Amino acid sequence: MGVTPLISMRNIVKRFPGVVANDQVNLDLYAGQIHAILGENGSGKSTLMSILAGLYRPTEGTIEIQGTEKRINSPSDALACGIGMVHQHFRLIESFTVAENIALSKTGGSFLLDEDEITVEIKALGEKYGLTVDPDAYVWQLSVGEKQRVEILRMLYNDSRVLILDEPTAVLTPQETRELFSNLRNMADNGCAVVFISHKLNEVEALADRITVLRNGRVTGSIGREEINQSKLIEMMIGRDIITAYEKSDPPGDEPVLVIENISALNDMNTLGLDRISFNVRAGEIYGIAGVSGNGQRELAEVIAGLRHTLSGSIRFYGEEIAGMSPKDIITRGVSYVPEDRLGMGLVPRLSSCDNVILKEYGGAKFSQGSFLKRDAAIAETNRIVKEFDVRMGSIHQPVKMMSGGNIQKLLLGREIASQPRLMVVLYPVRGLDIGAIESVHKLLLQLKDKNTAIILVSEELEEIAKLADRVGVIFSGRILGEFPVSRMDTEKIGALMAGIVEDGGAK
Amino acid sequence: MKIRLEKSLAPNRTSQTAVPVIAVLLALVFCGLFLAATGRNPFEVYGAMFSGALGSEYGISETIVKTIPLALCGLGVAVAFRMQIWNIGAEGQFYMGACFATWLPLSFPELPFSAMIPLMMLLAAVGGGFWGLVAGWFKTKWQVSETITTLMMNYIAILWVNYLVYGAWRDPQGLNFPLTAPFPEAAMLPAFGTLRVHYGIFAVLLLAGVLWLMFKSSKWGYETLVIGSNPSAARYAGIDIRKNVLMVMFISGAISGLAGMVEVSGIVGRLQPGISPGYGYTAISVAWLARLHPLAIVMVAFLFAIIHVGGFMIQTMGIPSAAATMLQGAILFFVVGSEILTRYEIKLKAKEEVQND
Repeated sequence: MGVTPLISMRNIVKRFPGVVANDQVNLDLYAGQIHAILGENGSGKSTLMSILAGLYRPTEGTIEIQGTEKRINSPSDALACGIGMVHQHFRLIESFTVAENIALSKTGGSFLLDEDEITVEIKALGEKYGLTVDPDAYVWQLSVGEKQRVEILRMLYNDSRVLILDEPTAVLTPQETRELFSNLRNMADNGCAVVFISHKLNEVEALADRITVLRNGRVTGSIGREEINQSKLIEMMIGRDIITAYEKSDPPGDEPVLVIENISALNDMNTLGLDRISFNVRAGEIYGIAGVSGNGQRELAEVIAGLRHTLSGSIRFYGEEIAGMSPKDIITRGVSYVPEDRLGMGLVPRLSSCDNVILKEYGGAKFSQGSFLKRDAAIAETNRIVKEFDVRMGSIHQPVKMMSGGNIQKLLLGREIASQPRLMVVLYPVRGLDIGAIESVHKLLLQLKDKNTAIILVSEELEEIAKLADRVGVIFSGRILGEFPVSRMDTEKIGALMAGIVEDGGAK
Repeated sequence: MKIRLEKSLAPNRTSQTAVPVIAVLLALVFCGLFLAATGRNPFEVYGAMFSGALGSEYGISETIVKTIPLALCGLGVAVAFRMQIWNIGAEGQFYMGACFATWLPLSFPELPFSAMIPLMMLLAAVGGGFWGLVAGWFKTKWQVSETITTLMMNYIAILWVNYLVYGAWRDPQGLNFPLTAPFPEAAMLPAFGTLRVHYGIFAVLLLAGVLWLMFKSSKWGYETLVIGSNPSAARYAGIDIRKNVLMVMFISGAISGLAGMVEVSGIVGRLQPGISPGYGYTAISVAWLARLHPLAIVMVAFLFAIIHVGGFMIQTMGIPSAAATMLQGAILFFVVGSEILTRYEIKLKAKEEVQND
């Protein structure tokens, strides 16, 4: 292309302790283009854009703005360069009016605010781009869609020419989404470069002029609108699969341990996260749930663990209805949940391994007597887990946040396995781990399966599911769109289902 | 060269103890400079404070008298702070405890000592606990910030006590002063000999010991620690957060309420306005400086009592007792300010290292 790109990111590397979030990423943004960044959760999309918006500094690499290298050290630097970002969680002050919120972000200008002038300007901008919102309304009075419009207006008001939107449709209704898309197109036509972060294939297809796909922090492809091809995009997103199964036994019986029927539940945004989902799991079976994350996986796990209310439907565990029971009652029935957010939910980062090992059973006879804890029993059990699951750490009395990711996961899994569960729901068990740790985690799950535990394995890696699971269900928008025995798993078909594409009644 | 702070991986035990001690010394130096600037000899002033507070039987007695309510309120707020519940209402809970306890001797002055004192303690705990529970209930029901409610309820409690002593509970023989009738002998906590130090000290030592044990090795102590450290892990582990918030607010309030009873029954001998010169507020600093450790709370309360009593003593030298308040403030300022050093390490870096950092 002969035109100089508006923004050019060169060889961007961003390292966090123990994780490479972006690895040698190149990205060019042009005026008048809508550029979609596609990738799964955790693939580094938001990190990359946060670097551009001045929230993070890249570990390596450079950013050029219209051909000249610039250092962007803060969000205000980014704003001064004409780069604005609308985050997933809005950064507005609820008790201020729209005009006040927009004026707040104004860089430069006179000391005193002329509110009338701002109001007029906001109205004019709104009309130009079709972003109608009352400047005098208080932000708390606005709907989510309107708040998003305020965020966008704020960028435009600051003369931003590069607009980054992080998963903007996650909180919108279909109607609002359509409106947003036409507004974005409008902005591009007015000479802005629009960046749109998403993991939803159909949206990207509908809107983008150019798509860059990220996977594990690396660019796996960048294609123009004319080359868009769903199966190719899926492949770039989730990777080509080399299916090599571990040795695994067949589940012994057909009797289902867990029967889920027509469960619906809300997600954190108060929209439907699970939509009449149904499936069952047998003892000694690993049931894989494949899908792009954010399609109801976490909600499903939380519903089973009793951490999220159901709207309807039933969950029967060994014939007993557990929907509506307290988390504690469900734990005592032998249901173990290994959450994706290990330090955020599964463990208490500030506390020692020892205190974390007793987290779920501190009240039982194993670790307590009357009102008091049995410290010796806790230490003995921790030492046993550390030895059996090969958890490496300085001392069992050190806070767990000081351990490495793989050891944190081994400790968490060790605790859960040691509780001898009859059902385990495990989310993204190897996310962020290195190859050695991945293998030991997989072996642990297979050992648990051999002990006749029913396992629900939620993963975004088809390869992992193919290796471990007996059956696979594909989740999309809170529903299981298709279910296959792993032996007859068709990667392409599953990929399509993951994107929500159901062909000619082939899926249920 | 460039100085930078780096998060230290292991919280360092030595620095955790050394840093607050150094901070207290720095506060003394800082206030010393201030005193010197006003033309006093700081060593003389500090010496006078110290010998005033600890140099005589009377001084020691007064210091312990101040330690008792400070330590009790400090233990009370620590129970809540440990769970990241910001109960800053110890002052109000103190007043409510004193108020509930006072009701008994005013209504049943003939009760014997053996019934009077335990019942007063119980009433005080219920009164203070109830005052805390109200804030806890609003928090669990509508997520109302307990910081605001407990603070506001302080004023209500203080004014409620004023209302009683100016009105319904005013002593008819009290020459119109806003005081209740003096307590009968049976409602007074015994003191040691002729000194003012009273048996309330046993409540302090007992509670500090019990809480230390509970924090360290009880199920309840563990639950509250988990809730305070990571609420979503607590929920995940099946811990009932709501129940614990209510319980902790009650216990926290009850302990401060007990402090109120101990003060009216051990020292004042009646209910009157201003029974606390802000013990409930100072207790927040006490608990914080002691890192919520029950035994350390008793020691820090003692240190604050020394400064307080010493502050009175230096007035004879023509120095306003505000100097003592300033010293308290400076200690808090330096200790809290140095907190960061226990979690971070100071690193000196050469130039080129900084660049590829």
